[in-house]
Amino acid sequence: MTSETTPSQQGESYLDRIRAMRRVRNARERLVEGILFLAAFFAVAVTVAIVAILLYEGAVFFRHVSLVEFLTGTQWTPLFENAHYGMLPLLTGTVVTSVIAFVVAAPLGFLIAVFLSEFAPPRVAQVLKPFLELLAGIPTIVYGYFALLFVTPLLQKIIPDLAGFNMLSAGLVIGLMIVPYVASVSEDAMRAVPMALREGSYAMGATRFQTALRVVLPASFSGVMAAFVLGISRAVGETMVVAIAAGQQPNFTFDPREPAATITAYIVQVAMGDLPHGSIGYQSIFAVGLVLVVITLFFNLLGQMLRKRFREVY
Amino acid sequence: MVKTDLSRLRAVIAKNRRWDLIFGGIGLLATMLGVVVLTVLFVDLVIDGWSRLRPDFFLNFPSRHPERAGILSAWVGSALVMLVTALTAVPLGVAAAVYLEEYAPKHWITELIEVNVSNLAAVPSIIYGLLALGLFVYLLGLGHSILTAGLTLALLILPIIIVATREALRAIPVSIREAAYALGATRWQVVSNHLIPYASGGIYTGVIIGMARAVGETAPIITIGALTFIAFLPPAPFTGDPPAGPFDWLFSPFTVLPIQMFNWLSRPQAAFHVNAAATGIVIIVATLVMNGIAIWLRARVRRNLKW
Amino acid sequence: MTDQTPHAVVTEPLKAEARNFNFYYGNHHALKNINLPVAERRVTALIGPSGCGKSTLLRSFNRMHDLYPGNRYGGEIRLYPDDVNLVSAEVDPIEIRMRISMVFQKPNPFPKSIFDNVAYGLMVRGERRRSVLEEKVEEALRGAALWDEVKDRLDDLAFNLSGGQQQRLCIARALAADPELILFDEPTSALDPIATASIEELVTEIRDKVTILIVTHNMQQAARISDYTAFMYLGELVEFGRTDELFVRPRKKQTEDYITGRFG
Repeated sequence: MTSETTPSQQGESYLDRIRAMRRVRNARERLVEGILFLAAFFAVAVTVAIVAILLYEGAVFFRHVSLVEFLTGTQWTPLFENAHYGMLPLLTGTVVTSVIAFVVAAPLGFLIAVFLSEFAPPRVAQVLKPFLELLAGIPTIVYGYFALLFVTPLLQKIIPDLAGFNMLSAGLVIGLMIVPYVASVSEDAMRAVPMALREGSYAMGATRFQTALRVVLPASFSGVMAAFVLGISRAVGETMVVAIAAGQQPNFTFDPREPAATITAYIVQVAMGDLPHGSIGYQSIFAVGLVLVVITLFFNLLGQMLRKRFREVY
Repeated sequence: MVKTDLSRLRAVIAKNRRWDLIFGGIGLLATMLGVVVLTVLFVDLVIDGWSRLRPDFFLNFPSRHPERAGILSAWVGSALVMLVTALTAVPLGVAAAVYLEEYAPKHWITELIEVNVSNLAAVPSIIYGLLALGLFVYLLGLGHSILTAGLTLALLILPIIIVATREALRAIPVSIREAAYALGATRWQVVSNHLIPYASGGIYTGVIIGMARAVGETAPIITIGALTFIAFLPPAPFTGDPPAGPFDWLFSPFTVLPIQMFNWLSRPQAAFHVNAAATGIVIIVATLVMNGIAIWLRARVRRNLKW
Repeated sequence: MTDQTPHAVVTEPLKAEARNFNFYYGNHHALKNINLPVAERRVTALIGPSGCGKSTLLRSFNRMHDLYPGNRYGGEIRLYPDDVNLVSAEVDPIEIRMRISMVFQKPNPFPKSIFDNVAYGLMVRGERRRSVLEEKVEEALRGAALWDEVKDRLDDLAFNLSGGQQQRLCIARALAADPELILFDEPTSALDPIATASIEELVTEIRDKVTILIVTHNMQQAARISDYTAFMYLGELVEFGRTDELFVRPRKKQTEDYITGRFG
């Protein structure tokens, strides 16, 4: 409101001030932007640091052990006098526990997703979903306790020759642990399917089940696949449940009733031990860590690709 | 003609409905399984550990005698590590999110950062432990300290805070930004006066979920070589002889609740398993409460802020 | 333009003026050679079918397009009395926005208190003195005919006001910054008829204190409140004239078709 005075008169003092401050203000804006950019770029720095550290620390290991022995050997005994560095036993442990976890988590997570997205009345879904989130928030150490002292004794009643440490119990519990994650990613995918598609199906007289199976699932297929793949990635990287319930001794076997170490459990075992930094045994955890990063990165990128493809459709 | 068709149609519909009912039942069962697991897990812990949850359990140091052992050093350690984590991860995460959402031009660096953040969220936590071991413990020489642990967990929850903050920022309509710009606000004024305050509910939610995750993390802390038998507290500033400096506690050895639980769980004696269960109750209550608050807060934010 | 240039129509001194103004969204040439005078302390209305570029033109006046990448201005919009080209790259868009306020289509109060909403434009300029803020806020709220309704609850959240009150609050927010020109972008399109009437009344009340440029899709509204009207179509300014003349004796066929409801 410039009212009775001339417009410029009243404005002059503040305009002069604004103009005088322009350079200071622009400098401050650029400084802030620079700081914020650095913070964002930090994420990239962390990734680079992960790879760099694993390579740098792993280098000591690979100076002594050939890549061929590392990747194809069936004996992993870096802590013994007569050391062998074939990581296949760690891989079998990882594969067995992850497969068991997947067999549990995929169907359960999928069923839950379909139920919450297509069947449950919105109010029921609203009550149930926070429960799943709480379940997803429970620390893995607690799941480890559960696997060792609840699930294993229970399973031993059914399978009498089950070892106290075994991959079966660890795998089952990891499976339960990642169910909420698989369910929520799949549900997001199903929810993103446009209502118009469902209405098209209902208008033909289809039931919920038919609509879910014939319309929603095909439409959200890559999103559900992404949930499965990302679930596997979590199972592969899971540490505490296997370290506690599956034992930490490398064991080249596919028998889920036996104890065996996964990549992650082995890292825990060495980290708790008294090997000096710089010894081959100690540096081996960085070498196997590198393998773990490569495996999980592969699944993550695959999962993200599937997810992205799904998002592009809608 | 019409009549027979109708009856056949009805038969088909009845069959379809049955499938609907069966599948709905299976789905409900699967979902309830989650609730059941949560309950069984909690009840199992309570049955095993309840007897140890007495005041002295919180006030005693760990001990070779299970009945005298407590979690004093563990919960104090957890609290201090969380403090370091929050002070690092929150400003860094919020700043990164603000940049990506409000400043970043669309070019390859931004794209790279985006892919990176989503990948970091899925890196196994033990890998963060290896990173911290190589970087913080050996390269930077920070030792097996509270500082190292706090920074490690900060890296771990950074993606959680970034994603939550971005979602909260995205929920603020463009019209609010334009209203502020139209009054002559600079970009930073828009961000600091409007966007961050209005996104604060969502940011808090993300921070709490991240902290709940950090408080229960075990693997990366084991990897950085945290000692498991700690029968002392980090030096409080200006106490002791000679008096500790204000930041000495950052470099103190420590233990945290999940490490203490893992330690007791790894022992063969069942008496220590009771202590592990009791510690488990403490951890699970802490994380459930934090996640519960976060879920409640999110629901409240969604209800209250209808733009 | 034909026989009568837009500038010949205006008898008052000018507050601003678009001269051969062009605007591009990326490769899309959205505004073509616009010549529009804005008379000081008068209401100038922009009308035309949706998509004709009237909002785009309005938002050029306070450089809102600078917020999004790929936008480009061509030609000039001159601001008087200092006679600067406000769309030139050397001119600080922040300064322009401090001098030229804007009221949007939908009320967009900040989720802050009523007081903080109105005071925001002053805060941005570094005004922190409580007494000055209080004085200006009251003045602006009175100017926006909202004072009596909210004077006892200045600390209430602005969201709790009704739609019409929210829009008047947004006008008060614009007024508090002592703007030389206020841009209104279809300010009543989201309001009910009663709230619309109160906003229109408000515009006619402040017209002799501040220059107003208003976009409206409602021709009756333009006819009721404006002194000058510009009709735009497909990114061009088809006809400009005194409102009473343009609506009674349109010189262009397109203008006549539009105001008689034959298209749009």
